[in-house]
Amino acid sequence: MFDADAVRAPYSGLLDWSRNMPQELRSLKQNEAEALFRRIGITFAVYGEGGSPDRLIPFDMFPRVFQADEWARLERGVKQRAKALNAFLVDVYGRGEIVKAGRIPARLVYQNEAYETAVCGIVPSKGVYAHIVGIDLVRTGPDEFFVLEDNCRTPSGVSYMLENREIMMRMFPGLFQENRIAPVENYPALLRRTLASVAPAKCDGTPRVVILTPGHFNSAYYEHSFLADMMGVELVEGADLFVEGDFCWMRTTEGPKKVDVIYRRIDDAFIDPLCFRPDSMLGVPGLMNVYRSGGVNICSAPGAGVADDKAIYTYVPEMIRFYLGEAPILKNVPTWQCTKPEDCKYVLEHLDELVVKEVHGSGGYGMLVGPRSDKATIELFAQKIREKPWNYIAQPTLALSTCPTFVEEGIAPRHVDLRPYCLVGENIDLVPGGLTRVALTEGSLVVNSSQGGGVKDTWVMAE
Amino acid sequence: MRLTISHETVYRFNPPMRGVVQSHRLTPSQFEGQQVIEWQVQVDGATRGAAFRDGAGDWIETVTLLGPVSEVRVSVRGTIETRDLAGVLRGHRETVPPLAYLRPTIATEADKALRALASRALADVPQDDFLARAHALSAAVSAAIRYSPGETVAGTSAAQALAQGMGVCQDHTHALIAVAQASDIPARYVTGYLESGSDGGAHEASHAWAELWIEGIGWIGFDPSNECCPDDRYVRVGSGHDAEGAAPIRGVAEGTGIEAMEVDVRIEDANSPGNQGQTQQ
Amino acid sequence: MLSRTAENLYWIARFVERAETNARLLEVGARNALIPNTGGGYRNDWESVLQASGGAVGFAEKYGDIVQRNVETWMFFDRDNPNSVASCIEKARENGRIVRTALTTQVWDALNIAFQEVQVFARTERSRLSLSDLTDWTLRTTALVRGSALNTQLRNEGYDFTNIGHYLERGDSTARMIDTKYFTLLPQISFVGSGLDNYQWRTLLRAMSSNRAFNWAYGGDIGPPKIVHFLVLNRACPRSLISAVEGANDHLDRLARAYGRSGPAQTKVRAMVGELAEMQVDDIFDEGLHEFLSRFIGDIADLAGEVHGMYLSGDVR
Repeated sequence: MFDADAVRAPYSGLLDWSRNMPQELRSLKQNEAEALFRRIGITFAVYGEGGSPDRLIPFDMFPRVFQADEWARLERGVKQRAKALNAFLVDVYGRGEIVKAGRIPARLVYQNEAYETAVCGIVPSKGVYAHIVGIDLVRTGPDEFFVLEDNCRTPSGVSYMLENREIMMRMFPGLFQENRIAPVENYPALLRRTLASVAPAKCDGTPRVVILTPGHFNSAYYEHSFLADMMGVELVEGADLFVEGDFCWMRTTEGPKKVDVIYRRIDDAFIDPLCFRPDSMLGVPGLMNVYRSGGVNICSAPGAGVADDKAIYTYVPEMIRFYLGEAPILKNVPTWQCTKPEDCKYVLEHLDELVVKEVHGSGGYGMLVGPRSDKATIELFAQKIREKPWNYIAQPTLALSTCPTFVEEGIAPRHVDLRPYCLVGENIDLVPGGLTRVALTEGSLVVNSSQGGGVKDTWVMAE
Repeated sequence: MRLTISHETVYRFNPPMRGVVQSHRLTPSQFEGQQVIEWQVQVDGATRGAAFRDGAGDWIETVTLLGPVSEVRVSVRGTIETRDLAGVLRGHRETVPPLAYLRPTIATEADKALRALASRALADVPQDDFLARAHALSAAVSAAIRYSPGETVAGTSAAQALAQGMGVCQDHTHALIAVAQASDIPARYVTGYLESGSDGGAHEASHAWAELWIEGIGWIGFDPSNECCPDDRYVRVGSGHDAEGAAPIRGVAEGTGIEAMEVDVRIEDANSPGNQGQTQQ
Repeated sequence: MLSRTAENLYWIARFVERAETNARLLEVGARNALIPNTGGGYRNDWESVLQASGGAVGFAEKYGDIVQRNVETWMFFDRDNPNSVASCIEKARENGRIVRTALTTQVWDALNIAFQEVQVFARTERSRLSLSDLTDWTLRTTALVRGSALNTQLRNEGYDFTNIGHYLERGDSTARMIDTKYFTLLPQISFVGSGLDNYQWRTLLRAMSSNRAFNWAYGGDIGPPKIVHFLVLNRACPRSLISAVEGANDHLDRLARAYGRSGPAQTKVRAMVGELAEMQVDDIFDEGLHEFLSRFIGDIADLAGEVHGMYLSGDVR
């Protein structure tokens, strides 16, 4: 994408823009962006990554650009995947056809930590378990995208997609006049519509949607409150809700109001102390009973996590073929499962060229990037894999694409990934954009904000 | 056998609570071994709702009381006709795949001692005789944990019970689940009632036992406390991964009150005089 | 509106008003301490301030003897004192963060900046901060929060809960400030009407930013009956008890209309308004000023309880 002076077409204009920007203006704008982020209080932590809630995630002003036709293909691929993942969830909590057909090992599914027997037999409204599917993608060539992982539970970071755009438009209105950039600002409205479309059958009238947050101490509280505000729905904590009769209610100053759809940003284990962890103070006692008897919908559905497990990931192309009868549009990164003896052997022999990840890890922690690690680290990992092979998978190091990025010395290529947010309800929607994360350190492949990653605005050029 | 059951659970709160929510699993299972003649669950002053049959086939109901709540009285009364199926859960509709019952919980996690118990029990049993393997495991648990009330608590795990060598039906059941899962046999916790007649051989009217998944047959009950498989003296109510998951009543009270609980269970053969019951505090 | 949102808005207003009260009480104490000790003395003045703030016991436990500097620390900076200015500002800001989306940018900025500035004070050497720096800052800051809320917040139910919190806390605080007079003067009833007595009343007026207003309203002729009239029964005085109760009444009425139902909170506040509207200064002195104020403070607490039960607890069906 960025090779000496040869950049792909969409970037050539931007390159002039960035080169013509005087140094003083650049730092002025950079400071302005930072001040804006601080002012709105957008915090550092992306869910599951930890980190101080007061730190800012670095924002790179150089946008990442997709052309309309590139995006169109990517969109088809993302939607296809989101559809297959949901079909898989309905299936494995129902008849289990894909298992019976021998297309995916039964034990991998049913013994999975994220497989939730409490929802067996439930077909949620419109047959959707995962309503917001975040798919992490990398690009390795002009038309080659690989999926790194799927996020079917409650993918975070969408507030960055919206705020990054907002800030770019405020700072560089000219760029948006010269380029026809597809807007992303309807995401909150679309999300609300998606959630309302999966209201339970028992709901008559306009569905009331709420966002359930663990509370203001949570590192992603900003995002929860931002989304609630943009969607025009209440942001509730567990104690704001209660169960009575067949429904779930919200405590208001006018008395109880029935809640129909809960977009929850808390983990399965905490949703209901009567069903899951009895010590949970964050959830709502009895909520799962109301859910299972069809009085309320919970998004994403409890148990949806079984579809985004790193071991299940390997089988997503199989799901696409099995449920949709289509060829997968987006590729999976070839993955070795260390739990398989022959895979494990290969991994141990090729550690210096592979990326090794923990099955349930996230945030770029507990990860080995073979080509960039010294012998001691590699040996340490080999030891870990021998001890707990089932805990690790390995993937080849991909030749990740880069994107022009502002650095100390000017403009330089840096590795990026992309997380678009696919909304699944009555319809499947994808706003033209997403969260682009960038590894700000030269040569680094780790884009996580906790490890020196930053974010960029993501542009999709209109037709 | 026609059995009549009365099961009363009383919770008292001091000071009164702001509200109480309970999830009830108090209605007998539907399968060929038992047929409900009549069944009633009553909670005075409560709002009931959110009722459904879960994936494991249990009937679940939700009960809420708005505060101040100083007492919750849950009364179960009913008559049921049972049949001896030698422990086989025939004709039970459920959707949870048996393999999902291979995953242990904190209570049923097998430690080294439990694994050792399992492999000793199976040492001389043929690999392909699944039924014999299950019997051997149940017998091993009965022998390793002596029935002795008051030695364990609600939170005691299978591993702790085995280490102590003593426990009640809950501990037997957790231990059997643990050794079964360690031997790659899906297993689960079952709650219900037991009519033990006048011979005094059985221990508790409100009872628990395990079910093991036997390839080719299906779910079969094993009661290590009484060293037998459930017959027509047993009434099956619900199941789960462990005692907590299968609990007849799971509840949360909101407030700072101290909770006290009293249980009274009576079960009798409707066709023969005399009864037996017991009170747990 | 979510009960929890209403509760947070209500408490933001109460904490902000409470911070202001503390600053005003400190001002009363500091001025009274400037005059010579005539039976009662300096110590007694500070004790009355601590009593009025409701923190005398906590102070005694932590510091023992009453020394001005320690009183200042306790009432302004001390996080062990849940009602210190710093504690109040911190809690108001935290409540604001929880309901950030229910606040306008102006209100949030005012709260957030106040919080940042308290942190700066806490790091500043004490010798560089005079008491008047601290009290001036507090009055300015709380006025900014209150003014921003009045000017920019949507006139919805949240606005009513903010105002109810504000008026309840203000009624409580004025009553407590008048009560400082009770504590300073009780041992020496013979001082009533003396120069010292009048000086202390003046200080009280001054602390409530009402010194000049009082002159205009009462022709400068000072004396307990007039001052009590002004601070309790005069609707023209923005800090008077009747103004506070009527303010709460207005907003509880608005809520009753908006929700189409009225309840014990409305009944209670109307009874309070009715009593104050009929009351004469003599009635207050007949009952005993301290007794009257204690009863009023109790009534405010009961009213707060009713507001909580009806709207903020979320238990209403």
